[in-house]
Amino acid sequence: MKITKLLLPAIATAAISIGMLGASPASAKTLVFCSEGSPEGFNPAFYTAGTTFDASSRQLFNKLAEFERGTTKIAPALAESWTVSNDGKTYTFKLRKGVKFHTTKEFTPTRDFNAEDVLFSFARQWDKNHAYFAVSGGSYEYFNGMSMPDLIKDIVVVDPYTIQFVLNRPEAPFIANMGMDFASITSAEYADKMMKAGTPEMVDQKPVGTGPFQLVAYQKDAMIRFKAHPAYWAGKAKIDDLVFSITPDASVRYQKLKAGECHVMPYPNPADIAAMKKDPKVNLMEQEGLNVGYLAYNTKKAPFENANVRLALNMAMNKAAIIDAVFQGAGKVAKNPIPPTIWSYNDATKDDAYDPEKAKKMLADAGVKNLKTNIWAMPVQRPYNPNARRMAEMIQADWAKVGVTAEIVSFEWGEYLKRSKAGEHDTVLLGWTGDNGDPDNFLAVLLGCDAVGGSNRAQWCDKEFEDLIQKAKTVSDPAARTKLYEDAQLVFKAKAPWATIAHSVVFKPIRKEVVDFKIDPFGGHIFYGVDLK
Amino acid sequence: MIIQDLSPFFSDNLIPMFRFLISRVGLLIPTFIGVTIIAFSFIRLIPGDPIEVLAGERGVSPERHAQLMAQFGFDRPLWQQYLEFLSKLLHGDLGQSIVTKQPVIDEFLTLFPATLELSTMAILFAMIIGLPAGIIAGFKRGSIFDHTVMTTALVGYSMPIFWLGLLMIILFSGILGWTPVSGRISFLFYFEPVTGFMLIDSYLSGQEGAFRSALSHLILPTIALGTIPMAVIARQTRSAMLEVLGEDYVRTARAKGLPPFRVIAIHALRNALIPVVTTIGLQVGVLLAGAILTETIFSWPGIGKWMVDSIFRRDYTSVQGGLLMIAAIVMVVNLIVDLLYGLINPRIRHTR
Repeated sequence: MKITKLLLPAIATAAISIGMLGASPASAKTLVFCSEGSPEGFNPAFYTAGTTFDASSRQLFNKLAEFERGTTKIAPALAESWTVSNDGKTYTFKLRKGVKFHTTKEFTPTRDFNAEDVLFSFARQWDKNHAYFAVSGGSYEYFNGMSMPDLIKDIVVVDPYTIQFVLNRPEAPFIANMGMDFASITSAEYADKMMKAGTPEMVDQKPVGTGPFQLVAYQKDAMIRFKAHPAYWAGKAKIDDLVFSITPDASVRYQKLKAGECHVMPYPNPADIAAMKKDPKVNLMEQEGLNVGYLAYNTKKAPFENANVRLALNMAMNKAAIIDAVFQGAGKVAKNPIPPTIWSYNDATKDDAYDPEKAKKMLADAGVKNLKTNIWAMPVQRPYNPNARRMAEMIQADWAKVGVTAEIVSFEWGEYLKRSKAGEHDTVLLGWTGDNGDPDNFLAVLLGCDAVGGSNRAQWCDKEFEDLIQKAKTVSDPAARTKLYEDAQLVFKAKAPWATIAHSVVFKPIRKEVVDFKIDPFGGHIFYGVDLK
Repeated sequence: MIIQDLSPFFSDNLIPMFRFLISRVGLLIPTFIGVTIIAFSFIRLIPGDPIEVLAGERGVSPERHAQLMAQFGFDRPLWQQYLEFLSKLLHGDLGQSIVTKQPVIDEFLTLFPATLELSTMAILFAMIIGLPAGIIAGFKRGSIFDHTVMTTALVGYSMPIFWLGLLMIILFSGILGWTPVSGRISFLFYFEPVTGFMLIDSYLSGQEGAFRSALSHLILPTIALGTIPMAVIARQTRSAMLEVLGEDYVRTARAKGLPPFRVIAIHALRNALIPVVTTIGLQVGVLLAGAILTETIFSWPGIGKWMVDSIFRRDYTSVQGGLLMIAAIVMVVNLIVDLLYGLINPRIRHTR
């Protein structure tokens, strides 16, 4: 009875005022981001997903060096400067003074950031005997994925504001690794306090960083609330509150953007792009993604060990038509194995021309007749390939015109990755999204000899190419490295272990009142520096 | 007077009822063991494992893969893992999520109230519309009302939730601007959850407009999730009514000259309700399945969305724990339905 009494007037009021409920984000300087999913956690060192980084490293933490917002260029952050020894093996970082950690319910910092925090953040992932190594079931995927355990020989605290990383070999991309999410700096003082309190896993659940925002509340699958860090070393953020409204469906995200329930949304539906372009309330930003979608030939299997066969098949493919059909305007033809947003991209490379007649002739010259093969198509959507099945069908049709019969094969995603790693395919569709904006992260990871049997799906090991990319790892002069990578791209093109297919175009719809938002080439969403009109 | 009345009640009603209850609960035990086996093996039968999915294109070396599998204890023989799962279960421990490192039971308990709130609203909606519509349609068979209800029910039943949900968002939120697009409450309101039920929490928070915001966020998902059960209930009620209305005792009641309302409410409805109650009970399973889609569309932070994510991430512990909890809930609801059934129809409780 009581409940009815309470509910009835409430329902009535709701019914009457329903028209006013499409509430717009009116409160002073609260920016709402309709994020696509829940983060896996708040310690970026455990994970590899962009969704997790958006909610953790990109708002809560800083790194020693960071990428300038909107570029792949590395710049000083918690380290004010650094020097590299002549043998390329010792990196000395001078740390910034007066950097404050967040004050939270659980923790009030008593000192500023210093070298101990840097040591803690890396030692935790590196040293198996570290008290925090196994906390929260720690598996440091990226730290391991970037071969950091093999690379780091020692970490030395020289004084409270100087720290040295000693490497086992010269590795020029190291400095770019320092800007990655796993290299986020966490508070050693907080960790000590929690360890003493017997609750070390709090460090990963209630994060404390130096970043521009601090965590206020998180409700799984519903929302994350941040507020600006008042004492942020680079100056307080222009917005006061940052809310992630977790919205998994892309069409629903667009409806929310339109209704003013959020200001920025990631990953729009390709089908909505046309409407977004016309929407007066929306600014549709676009940029090439830091990725490449490719078809890798298994160069260990006949007849694909012959570069001319691979080139011929490349020439039989009508890439422009494929990209129109598969990406619907959200993709660009790739001619190099690295995307144009990465430095050293070689614009002088000539793409293989679409020429089925010549392709037929080249196949005949190579003695290939009635070739029967397969095309593996990924079962999932990826930024670099939103519809692998459709892509495979179009390649199949193109190849049929030059007398090649291809069967389309697919597996469950985990199985697909495993089998293609083992080289069970003839040709496989796959792609890569860059980690640190360094060309090495594409060329060595995907095409280097060490990666055969791993992420080198072409199983391709070429001496000329390998020498170039290995040399580029050891020189730290950017100009010299650029030249080596440019040459490597030409060698790649001439020997064609892949058909380079596409780079995605990233669309970012934001409301007109959002000022100074920049698309992050790494696919992240960074809200420091963003303002609202 | 009272004591005199109680003794026949004991012998006639309570003891058979109690026996009936015992036999039903007894049946639950083997069922529950069966469910643990299914919940445990189901996710492991899907190709791929959590480590591979986490690594993606990046891949992990076989050594690292083995090391991580060992860390989670997935390298041991399946029967050992299963026994460990069972023994932990007996201590009320569902284990820790592989991905979030949180206890599975905590995640379930945080998310479940959202699903329960939405499902309750949906089933209420389905009953409030479905029951009267079915009764009237049955009573006025062949009328325009009957045809309208049955056609609407058929359409409602055949409509995919995903499509209906999106369409409603575009119309009511996008074009008309009547309702919010998605979520449980406007981001303008924030308070610590007390019960996990947004309607109650928003009311308790005392913030002006919070309750109204929560209620308005419930409207579209309730309709999306409630439409199929509503259609099923309306059709079932109608056919049950038709059957009962042809019975001799109803004809007798009518012949006695009872007013039509009395015939329906007293004589026909109680008997017609028996299959309807079963149907409503069965809808709980349907609701939980529908919740997966509804929750994804309306960004509703419930267990449906959580299960889907966990399956994609091969989060073995979350999937097995979540499935078990969901199965347990469906089993308990069905038990309650069985008992209700006995209350409505005395023949059932006497024959076990």
